[in-house]
Amino acid sequence: MLKISTAPHINSPVTTQSIMRDVIIALCPAILVALLFFGVGALKVIVTSVAACVLFEYLICRYLLKTNNTTTDYSAIITGILLAFNLPSNMPVWMILIGAFVAIGITKMAFGGLGKNIFNPALAGRVFLFISFPVQMTSWPKPQFLNFFNGDVETAATTLGILKHLGKGETPQLPDYWQMFVGNIGGCLGEVSAVALLLGLFYMLYRRIITWHIPFYYISTVFIITGIFWLITNDIRIEPVTQLLSGGLLLGAFFMATDYTTSPMTKKGQIIFAVGCGILTVIIRKYSAYPEGVSFAILIMNAFVPLIDRYTSQKIYGKGDK
Amino acid sequence: MNNKKTFSIGGIHPDKHKISSHIAISDAGLPAEVFIPVKQHIGSPAKILVQKGDKVKVGTLIADADGIISADVHSSVSGEVTKIEDIQSETGYLEQVITIRVEGDEFEPGIDRSPDIVSEISQNAEEIIEIIRGAGIVGMGGAGFPTPVKTTVPEDKKAEILIINGIECEPYLTADDRLMVEKAEQIVIGAKIINKALGIQNAVIAIDENKPQAVEIIRQITKRYVGVNVQVCKTKYPQGGERQLIQALTGKEVPAGKHPIDIGCIVQNVGTVFAVYEAVMKHKPLFERIVTVSGDDILNPSNFRVRIGTPASFLINKAGLKENSVGKVIFGGPMMGRAIVNMDAPVTKTTSGILVLPESEAYKPDETSCIRCGKCVAACPVGLQPYAIARSIRENDLNEAKRLSARECIECGSCAYTCPARIPLLDFCKLAKYEFKKRK
Amino acid sequence: MSHLIFSNILVLSSIALAAAVILYLVSKKFAVEENPLIDEIEGILPNANCGACGKAGCRDFAKSCANADEATFSGLFCPVGGNKVMKKIAELKGVSAAQKEDTVAVLRCNGTCKNAPDKVEYSGMKSCRLAAGVSVGRSGCPDGCLRFGDCVNVCRFGALHIDKNTGIPVVDETKCTSCGACVNICPRKLFEIRPKGKDNKRVYVACRNTQKGAMARKNCSAACIACMKCTKVCEQVSVENNLSYIPTSVSAEQYGQQLAEACPTGAIIYTGNKGIKENEQ
Repeated sequence: MLKISTAPHINSPVTTQSIMRDVIIALCPAILVALLFFGVGALKVIVTSVAACVLFEYLICRYLLKTNNTTTDYSAIITGILLAFNLPSNMPVWMILIGAFVAIGITKMAFGGLGKNIFNPALAGRVFLFISFPVQMTSWPKPQFLNFFNGDVETAATTLGILKHLGKGETPQLPDYWQMFVGNIGGCLGEVSAVALLLGLFYMLYRRIITWHIPFYYISTVFIITGIFWLITNDIRIEPVTQLLSGGLLLGAFFMATDYTTSPMTKKGQIIFAVGCGILTVIIRKYSAYPEGVSFAILIMNAFVPLIDRYTSQKIYGKGDK
Repeated sequence: MNNKKTFSIGGIHPDKHKISSHIAISDAGLPAEVFIPVKQHIGSPAKILVQKGDKVKVGTLIADADGIISADVHSSVSGEVTKIEDIQSETGYLEQVITIRVEGDEFEPGIDRSPDIVSEISQNAEEIIEIIRGAGIVGMGGAGFPTPVKTTVPEDKKAEILIINGIECEPYLTADDRLMVEKAEQIVIGAKIINKALGIQNAVIAIDENKPQAVEIIRQITKRYVGVNVQVCKTKYPQGGERQLIQALTGKEVPAGKHPIDIGCIVQNVGTVFAVYEAVMKHKPLFERIVTVSGDDILNPSNFRVRIGTPASFLINKAGLKENSVGKVIFGGPMMGRAIVNMDAPVTKTTSGILVLPESEAYKPDETSCIRCGKCVAACPVGLQPYAIARSIRENDLNEAKRLSARECIECGSCAYTCPARIPLLDFCKLAKYEFKKRK
Repeated sequence: MSHLIFSNILVLSSIALAAAVILYLVSKKFAVEENPLIDEIEGILPNANCGACGKAGCRDFAKSCANADEATFSGLFCPVGGNKVMKKIAELKGVSAAQKEDTVAVLRCNGTCKNAPDKVEYSGMKSCRLAAGVSVGRSGCPDGCLRFGDCVNVCRFGALHIDKNTGIPVVDETKCTSCGACVNICPRKLFEIRPKGKDNKRVYVACRNTQKGAMARKNCSAACIACMKCTKVCEQVSVENNLSYIPTSVSAEQYGQQLAEACPTGAIIYTGNKGIKENEQ
């Protein structure tokens, strides 16, 4: 029997699954660094988070929505990894479970699952935990290179934390740029190592998973605004390179702000979105009570995505300027 | 003129699969019977001039154009008219055909079958257009718009540039490519002929950079012909789309709802230009064309010179079909061609290729949910938002689809090709256009 | 502390009061005089907003009714609400209502999976309108049901479903309001709104194929082959373009049984006969 169908009769080899697989591959360098610096604690957090996210999605699909199992598209794994990346390595397991539930159950599946959520699930999970358990969420174990089974280690403040509580004119004890670049600093699992995140970014760009627009405009906005502040006030607290390499900026700009579902479709929209994220990040870092503002900034801009999408449609061929 | 050009919005890069690009054009031979449809063009069907039992020769006029937007039809074989009836076309709908039983291969007198190339254009513009009309030439790229109408510039408009479309951006198809390699000089002379008919001195042959052989040969020949130039274009689908090609070459956009002539452009396919050359210089009506027979289930991918009306099954058997192939047979390319339901459907003036895809590629994959990746938006050569059009049609909101300019869709299929969730985005655009049409 | 609460109450109340006054004044100033009859009529209407009456929704229809005089009112009819609703509206207006016969949508095709088996395998979006554009359809009949159920999806009243055994849609006459949505959406124009008939007895030709007999039969065993046998039963039955048509004026009670029995292919369906169920052979 002959087969018929509508055109086109061929499809690009890229599928949702292959995209998600590539993102997971891009996250691998940062996972490796997390394991090297935070040892068994990191492993525990990542495994718990991924397993919980996949399990919640499976259960919700199976028993609540009664639809096809959507965990096979791997997106829950990415949410799990990103959530783990936003947690310190000594996070209690039950808290991770709560975070995973907020991320998958409330932020993603309650809106209809993959592609229909308004907010980035991993970030929503993190912010929920951050507000609910501020103490656990802000005590970061000191990184210990290749010391896997470090029992109870002393905690270290993050670079941004040090800067936030710095009095005017004081000179802080900051790690040097190299330490920050490699990742030998205190912080959440995935955000410490700039080099690992950059590797992931280059892989995603090479595989054409994302375009350079959002990461570039986000980071340059932060860099330029803090740079101007720094040149005017000469305040060490807002020195642009430190601002760039510390906190979750790179992780957020490379992996969270570029999330397909919660970012605009058109290039123009993506630029507006990224610049908005950048401005909000600096404002929150500089003026709010929190030392870090990346997750709030991205979540706030997520809410604007439908609006941005509506007003940034492309020029249509043969219809003049729109 | 040597910078590679391309259109500015959207586009995709599908795998080319041009497996037959190095296979020389060969004669497909004569089938036992040909089925010549009286409507192979846009417009009204031609009026039949023959009766059952009539003897015809190759090139005999068998159906006469009915009105301006119509085209003459000539016999492609010599023999006897055995039936005039309705048979299933490639889509399964009935179409009127003239069935001719092949006897020998006798040509109408006057057709010049020598291989000599004639380059002296002695006819004037009106005569050229009349010859083109008499030869039944239509746009051979796929649309089938009668060429004499296209080469007559309306009085209130002015032609500035003739664009010869040698892009052939569809994967698999190599008919135009081979034609340019083997009949380069004829195509260049054909361009001069159409130029004369239009009364202009400016023709550009646009060729994709993935056809280096054709580019080289045509470039050598254009050195000897003033007014015909070659423009190499970057390989990108759908560069062969009329509006996309005009934008790539001239930088100008054809306004929505208008025609290329409104901005002074005329686009002709290389196959059409070659047919014009043969009609004007060799007195040969359009009764054969080049057809690529290819696809993964074809043993010997080929470029055939095929008499119009030859059944598809004859060509597929000639090229060799893999054993137990029960895949999908497509008339045209894999992006815009149509899957056929009748293997015996005849090749027409607009059939550029016949593809046989294996069973593994024959099914449309299941659709999953949209992940809002924006690939369809980036791919659309018109600048539409296919994902939003799909959503509006799902919600039965035609006004929203209208606001999103779904009407401007050129149905190239780039959005559906590129969608990682395999959403049939083109189908939604087609539905939108279908509903618009019904509403009017 | 109590001072704080008191001042809060005071401030908020005064804001509320000011807002209320402003709202009242604005609504007074910009009030639109509208015929109160419109609201009343709209209340009676089914509010399905289906557009079957030819107006843009129920509100629009209500407006037309309210503004109509006796002559123009007789031209207005809400097929969903039917005679009952029109009578009520007429009472409100104090005019007499046009009474129409109860109607129902019938499917004029009997190309079931058995009668018209698949000849090609279609994959992709399940839409009749698309499939009709791609090719003649799975059965090969250029006028037959494509069996993807665009009509089922468009019906707002749940009156249509695809029968699992036959593959073609079935009309639930208790739910059908003859709004005409299926008539409009079907790319093959297979639905016809016909009178329900006395005791739900209807007789009609379930085929729209205009091909010659032999060709029609090649694709579907239940196709009308224009054999003219039905015209001998009742002379009102006409055959044009190789296709028989039974006008609604033919009495189903009188001729239905005979017509159905006369048809050699089963293209004529008579709903009064309990022995033969609709859409079955």
